[in-house]
Amino acid sequence: MTELYADLGLTSAEYTRIKEIQGREPTHVELAVYSLMWSEHCGYKHSRPYLGRFPSTGARVLQGPGENAGIVDIGGGLAVAMKIESHNHPSAIEPYQGAATGVGGILRDIFAMGARPICSLDSLRFGEIAAAPRADADEGARGAAAGAGHDRQRYLFEHVVAGIGGYGNCMGIPTVAGEVYFEDAYSGNCLVNAMTVGLVRPENIVRSAAAGVGNHVVLFGSKTGRDGIGGASVLASQEFDETLEEKRPSVQVGDPFTEKKLLEVCLELLSDGRFVALQDLGAAGITSSASEMAAKGGVGIDIHTDRVPLRERDMAPWEIMISESQERMLAVVTPEDWAYVKAACDRWDLDCTVVGDVTGSTRLRVFHGGEVQGDMPAEELADAPTCTVTVERPAHEVDEPVDPASYAPAPAPLGEILLDLLGAPNIASRRWIWEQYDHQVQLNTVVLPGGDAALLRVKETGAGLAVCTDGNGRHTYLDPYRGAKAAVAEAARNVSCVGAEPIAVTNCLNFGNPEKGAISYQLSRAIEGMAEACEAFGVPVISGNVSLYNESFGQAIYPTPVVGMLGLSDDFSVHCTSGFAAEGDVVVLLGDAAPALDGSEYQKRWYGVVEGRIPDVDLEAEVLLQAVLRRAIGDGMVRSAHDCADGGLAVALAESCVAGGVGARLDLGGVATPAAAAPAPGAPVALDAAHATAGAASSAASSAVASAPTSPAARHDVALFGEAPTRVVVSVAPEAAAALLNLCAGAGVPVTTLGTVGGDTLRVRVGDDGLDIPVPALRDAHEGGIPRALGVG
Amino acid sequence: MTGIAPRKVRFGIVVFPGSNCEYDAKHALSTFPHAEPYYLWHKDDDLQSPDVVILPGGFSYGDYLRTGAIARFSPLMGAVSAFAESGGLVLGICNGFQILTEAHMLHGAMLRNRGLKFVCRSQHLRVERTDTPFTRGLTVGDVIQVPVNHNEGAWTAGSEDLRQIEDQRLVVFRYCDEGGDVTDAVNPNGAVDNVAGIVNECGNVLGMMPHPERVCESAVGGIGGRGLFDSLINHVLEGM
Repeated sequence: MTELYADLGLTSAEYTRIKEIQGREPTHVELAVYSLMWSEHCGYKHSRPYLGRFPSTGARVLQGPGENAGIVDIGGGLAVAMKIESHNHPSAIEPYQGAATGVGGILRDIFAMGARPICSLDSLRFGEIAAAPRADADEGARGAAAGAGHDRQRYLFEHVVAGIGGYGNCMGIPTVAGEVYFEDAYSGNCLVNAMTVGLVRPENIVRSAAAGVGNHVVLFGSKTGRDGIGGASVLASQEFDETLEEKRPSVQVGDPFTEKKLLEVCLELLSDGRFVALQDLGAAGITSSASEMAAKGGVGIDIHTDRVPLRERDMAPWEIMISESQERMLAVVTPEDWAYVKAACDRWDLDCTVVGDVTGSTRLRVFHGGEVQGDMPAEELADAPTCTVTVERPAHEVDEPVDPASYAPAPAPLGEILLDLLGAPNIASRRWIWEQYDHQVQLNTVVLPGGDAALLRVKETGAGLAVCTDGNGRHTYLDPYRGAKAAVAEAARNVSCVGAEPIAVTNCLNFGNPEKGAISYQLSRAIEGMAEACEAFGVPVISGNVSLYNESFGQAIYPTPVVGMLGLSDDFSVHCTSGFAAEGDVVVLLGDAAPALDGSEYQKRWYGVVEGRIPDVDLEAEVLLQAVLRRAIGDGMVRSAHDCADGGLAVALAESCVAGGVGARLDLGGVATPAAAAPAPGAPVALDAAHATAGAASSAASSAVASAPTSPAARHDVALFGEAPTRVVVSVAPEAAAALLNLCAGAGVPVTTLGTVGGDTLRVRVGDDGLDIPVPALRDAHEGGIPRALGVG
Repeated sequence: MTGIAPRKVRFGIVVFPGSNCEYDAKHALSTFPHAEPYYLWHKDDDLQSPDVVILPGGFSYGDYLRTGAIARFSPLMGAVSAFAESGGLVLGICNGFQILTEAHMLHGAMLRNRGLKFVCRSQHLRVERTDTPFTRGLTVGDVIQVPVNHNEGAWTAGSEDLRQIEDQRLVVFRYCDEGGDVTDAVNPNGAVDNVAGIVNECGNVLGMMPHPERVCESAVGGIGGRGLFDSLINHVLEGM
């Protein structure tokens, strides 16, 4: 047994504990079951000690963490179920199937709660797919390896996107939003996080706690094969090394057609109330589903592996117990309802078999041909021993931001830098991705992909649901606490930008090997930052997933907590988009956080470094700004709203021009120095200033520059491309501008009037410098970025 | 159409395993006061006296073989083709179009999109014929905006077929640009001659890759598809 438990990923301490619990040497089946249930992936050994920090309650919460998905009430007799989950390791090995089955898994989590999936989102990370301008210089030095690296990352990216589309499109679930970043830190471990949102009537919610001694345990859906055996322990709970290729057999293969039938039959039977309990089969297959259903219900479950319909002959009982074959569900059904359930599955041509029974023993027992193969206490199985690691702050973290004055002057004309950033893979239009996803099926998509957040209508109530994902690994790498906090703030800002109020969070915590102090430090600090931000917004974390061991050859990914945000608005038709709407509208910047070089796309691409310390989010200011923004949108005051994030203010302005197909005449003289951005007493005065000629405003800016030579204002490039939280660019009709400025002044939200919408170029003056670029050139840079990086543009 | 409708127009929407646009077709039709949509199960053989049969979009049987290749053998398809032969109106959308070509109820066959990628985007279509029950309310040369959403939409046909199709003017919609020009640049999938939709010789069976049911409400996507359904409803109500 000694070698075996080690091969299965168990420590000797854990093996000893297993012998204590069993009171003897475990059988082969028992050891296989323990190794999976106590793996990081299923057991959350390292993360559980920290996860309790998240706020998870609230007036809307119908189901918090611990079930297949969390659920919040959205009024009108409806609730929303949502969850995000990772499928990183399988995708790194077989990108198409890894991503496809990731989508399949999260969809099952949603309809296992009784909800009909209404949309999916995807948060992706890969290594670089193209060289940055800065990198071009030493491309020779980096040699062919760099180019080859790009090819591998392009392959992963293209096939992951195809896999997500392949599964979601076939299922008829629109994929409406998400994000993707390309950083070297992900070249050995791509991240594929899939999120799904579903609608359910509270009375139809079903949970996974088994109940009713004597009830049938029913397995239905696909047949069981050898695919995915050991996925959770072998793939998801270990670092990658040269044996990567050998792990390919552990990746499952998706069958969206069967899942579509599974979805329909589940919802049909749930609305008829035919399930006592329902659980999807994911990591560790029957093993984890059965033991969790038993543990939650405080009952026992007997499983007869010889009754399981098989795809391959001669599978051993332990293989049947841990197979991760997809598109399977486990349900508890009363003997009275069994015939009805079987008939429904027959109508959909799905296998449906009674594989066991609910018992009063509180134990998971496994039989084959009537012989006991394993007999384990369900409670202990579902309660893996936790590990705590002494945390240590990573060496690269610093307390002070970089001093822009210590950086060489802007390496290129401001216009050239803007065009480069607009087309940078991390910022460029994601159209190439979302046009491969059916983003319209179900006819609810009001605001299409490409904006700050997607907006869906709820046909039954007329309400709007805004959804987005956010998480900047580069920022979190520089400061896990601030970065994770900023991810929550930005996600909330994005749903606020379409006019919805943030009401719930689901998160996916992607980190390296938690056995290392530095990784555990990042994990704990990121969780603290997210928790504080969620508390400030009064938004509960209702579900989530943790993916650790994202390391290759000892190299960890950037710590990447991904936030999935749900926003709610009373009326979907009252919303906002990011494009400038009409000539003559006044462009206003909400928020006055000082832009920083630290961790910015500009710093990375043009100075070739990622260093410093990102600005901290002022949560009080953030909450205030978003409330005012939603009020302004709700009152129909603003005609466009766009979050100001990656690439800084200049990129946000350019994106609003491209989305609106119109130019703008702007002066950022007042932006860089917070003092200058505070609302002038009597907002109308500020408005007049806006209508004054750019010349006057710029002279004011120039003097500000002269007076503070080393302030960020001295660096026009930082004012344009520096990044800061808590900033939103809005445009407003001239006649409504005064009202907006008064609203902000009254609420204490700093505003700066930047100029007006109009013309066919984006003309930005900043101090004695500036840029002037035709909108079509901005569009070409932005729309063509991804195709160019892939060599297909 | 004028006056009060004497009755409602019955739209039978066929549900195959793997169909996923049946709800959308039903919802879109529910926005037409004179339409009465209902579902038909692929294993049945009774069409329940429809005025129009719709084969909706989706991935019938997963489309694991050829798109539509298995669905055409569903029990209900026998009734659908008999209905069509008796002059009944049949509309195949996307996967429905693929099924109709596999069933030889329409000319041609589908290839994978040029570029080998799934494509979901808004698309302009030029109306080529208005002497069909599906387009009688439109005008020749009209440009309507209807989204495409498919992986195998490159319609093609043999040269003999093509000549016949052109001679008999079977093409109803072609992919075009905003101004109505039929160019290769705006062809989303590489379909021969930018063909987006065709009818059979009798003009009572239409197959089209774009999704008119997705554009029947201004709140989501626009109303570029309403003209087609209005045409069908009026055609039936006016007994033509």
